[in-house]
This record gives sequence, C-alpha cells and structure tokens, in this order.
Amino acid sequence: MPESVLARAERVLETGVGLDEAGVLEVLRLPDDQIPAILELAHQVRMRWCGPEVEVEGIVSLKTGGCPEDCHFCSQSGLFTSPVRAVWLDIPALVEAARQTAATGATEFCIVAAVRGPDARLMAQLAEGVKAIREAVDINIAASIGMLTKEQVDELVALGVHRYNHNLETSRSYFPHVVTTHSWEERWDTLRMVRESGMEVCCGGILGLGESVEQRAEFAIQLQELDPHEVPLNFLNPRPGTPLSDQPVLDPKDALRAIAAFRLALPRTILRYAGGREITLGDLGTRDGLLGGVNAVIVGNYLTTLGRKPDEDLALLEELKMPVKALSATL
Amino acid sequence: MIMIVWCDRCGRALDEGPHSACAAARELEPPRYCGQCRRRMKVQVLPAGWRATCVEHGDLTPTSS
Repeated sequence: MPESVLARAERVLETGVGLDEAGVLEVLRLPDDQIPAILELAHQVRMRWCGPEVEVEGIVSLKTGGCPEDCHFCSQSGLFTSPVRAVWLDIPALVEAARQTAATGATEFCIVAAVRGPDARLMAQLAEGVKAIREAVDINIAASIGMLTKEQVDELVALGVHRYNHNLETSRSYFPHVVTTHSWEERWDTLRMVRESGMEVCCGGILGLGESVEQRAEFAIQLQELDPHEVPLNFLNPRPGTPLSDQPVLDPKDALRAIAAFRLALPRTILRYAGGREITLGDLGTRDGLLGGVNAVIVGNYLTTLGRKPDEDLALLEELKMPVKALSATL
Repeated sequence: MIMIVWCDRCGRALDEGPHSACAAARELEPPRYCGQCRRRMKVQVLPAGWRATCVEHGDLTPTSS
C-alpha cells in the first residue's frame, strides 16, 4: 500500500526535505475534510524549519504602467485596454513610502517597476532612490525591475539592494499561455545571475491563472529547484481590461491546499502572502493560511490595488502570537 | 458645486445602470477615472494611500474623494 501523503508530510517535518512533485500534487488534490490536517502539518513544518517570526514587507511602484510586455494578468501592460496610466514616483515620495512602511514594523521595502528590464533612466532613478532611503530610513531594500543584464545585477549589489524579486509567475509548461513577449527561461536566466551575485533571490508567482493542479505542482517543484530565499504567493485578482479579466477567482479551499503544498515543497523558505489574498481568502482564510505555512506578509497597499490596513494584519499576528521579525534579525 | 456623473472605476455614466460591483471593487482599488470628466487619471498607489491626478480637475486623495 502506498504511503499516505500525510505520512510523507510528516517526513518533511522530520527531515526538512520538501515533498516531490507527486506528493505536492496529492496535497493539491486532498479532499476538503483533510484540509485542516494538512494545514496543521504545514504549520508545524514552518514552525520547525523557519520559526515563529513573520517577515513584514511593504512595496511601492517606482514606475507604474506602460509596460511593453503582455503578462495576461497585469493591468500595467501597455498592450491592453486597462485604465492604468503610466506614472513615475519622485524620490521624496519614494522615501516617504519607505518611511511609512518602516513605521509598520516592516523590515523589507521592495521598489518595483513595470518594465521588461531597466533602462539607464530607471537605473539612475533607482540608484538615487536607494541612496535617499538608506540615508533616511532604517529598512532593508529589495528591488523588482524586470530582467537584468549581468552589469545591472552588479550595479544593484553595489547599491546595497539585498534581495531581488523576479517571479516566474507560473509553471514552465503554462507560462506561454500567460506571457508571449518573453520566455520563462529568460526569467530563469535573471534569477541565476541574481543568485550568483550573492543577492537574496525572491521568486514566486500567481495562482489561479487558469493553470491545472498538475501545473501548480510542477511550479512548486520548479521553485524547489531554484531554492529561493523567499516565495511570494499571489492569487489572481482579475483586472479590468486584461485578457484574464473574466477568469474566476481561485476557490479559497484550493488556495489553502496550495499554501500547504508550497510549504511542504519548500519547508525552509520564506513563504509570503502577496496580492489577491483579500479577495480570494478574506479575513478568515488569511488567518488559516498564517496557520498553514505562510510566514511573511505584504502589508498595506500593492502596486495598483489596495490591501488591508497594516494595523489589521499586525493585530492578527499579535493575536496568533506570531512575532514580527526584527530588522536586527535580518542583518 | 462639483458634479460627479461618471463612475470612477469603470468610466461609464453613473445613471447607466447600477455600479454596485464597482463600489464593492473600489474598497480595494483606487479610482481610475475622473468622476467629473471621465478622463483616465494618473494614479500612484502608495503603501498607506494613493494619489490620483486628472489633467483637468487636479489631484484626488483618499481623504479628498
């Protein structure tokens, strides 16, 4: 008789070695009545291999909209009829955004730009912004500005950017259904260079793009192979004017299965709640995920949409007796 | 007196049927269209707020809207 997936998940707890693809797929297919048990196991795995602390992050868009790429979920593509217009954030406002983020107790501040990759203007704006933040605010700075050259990777390291986000978004096999203007492999190449540079790698994706559960399992294993420091998990929030505007929101039970499955695939990784949790999981589901493997959150607003008030998330963490990771613990 | 005649989420006329879904969505979205003239606004979302600018009617913030 084959070993049950719960027994295999118990072994993840003991060894800290993630589930294989078949195991992840089994978690994603568990019946509803087994969801509480797998979430509990995923929570134990998180507590054992990551600890009780929760890493809090804020994000801001340095350059919004007007992107030449066609990521079908994204309201910032210039190729769709989305109402999002191009806008740049100035440096004083960027510093103020970092200050607001630090005031929540967050240790991470990620500067994001909607681009294929940075040009000289964006690199200069980012350099000025990072310098200004470092002079004024005590917070780790991360960046997410698309596909990079080796020279740009080196420039970010020299600036003191400690973590780089570049999401693979979905499995390799499903990616061409979501993006046609560049390839999954091009994203992988940037991630490889970031890893080699010594910056921390942040790489996740979006669930609910229309991928199958098999492709969701495939994605978890591809992330396992990458072994990033952090995996942000987004849930599709269908945006007006995008090709995925009519895609149904992911079923909350499937979202919880995915949280447990990704935790069991990646027992030692920072697993972060990112965009879409509000509409997919609501308050109750958000709590379930934090008790089911998630150990990091984005607080406040996202890039083009709004999130819960930071105070609400911080109160929930306090209620769950999950301490917010201190800046000193990240250095 | 300011006349708001356009939905700031979908950009359609407010008297063209219900906008209850837009109102619900706006709980987690900033405005995208100027309610006075229907122009698409430049919108900057910030960690603790947002700022929208209509080229004709100026700036909007969560408190001013």
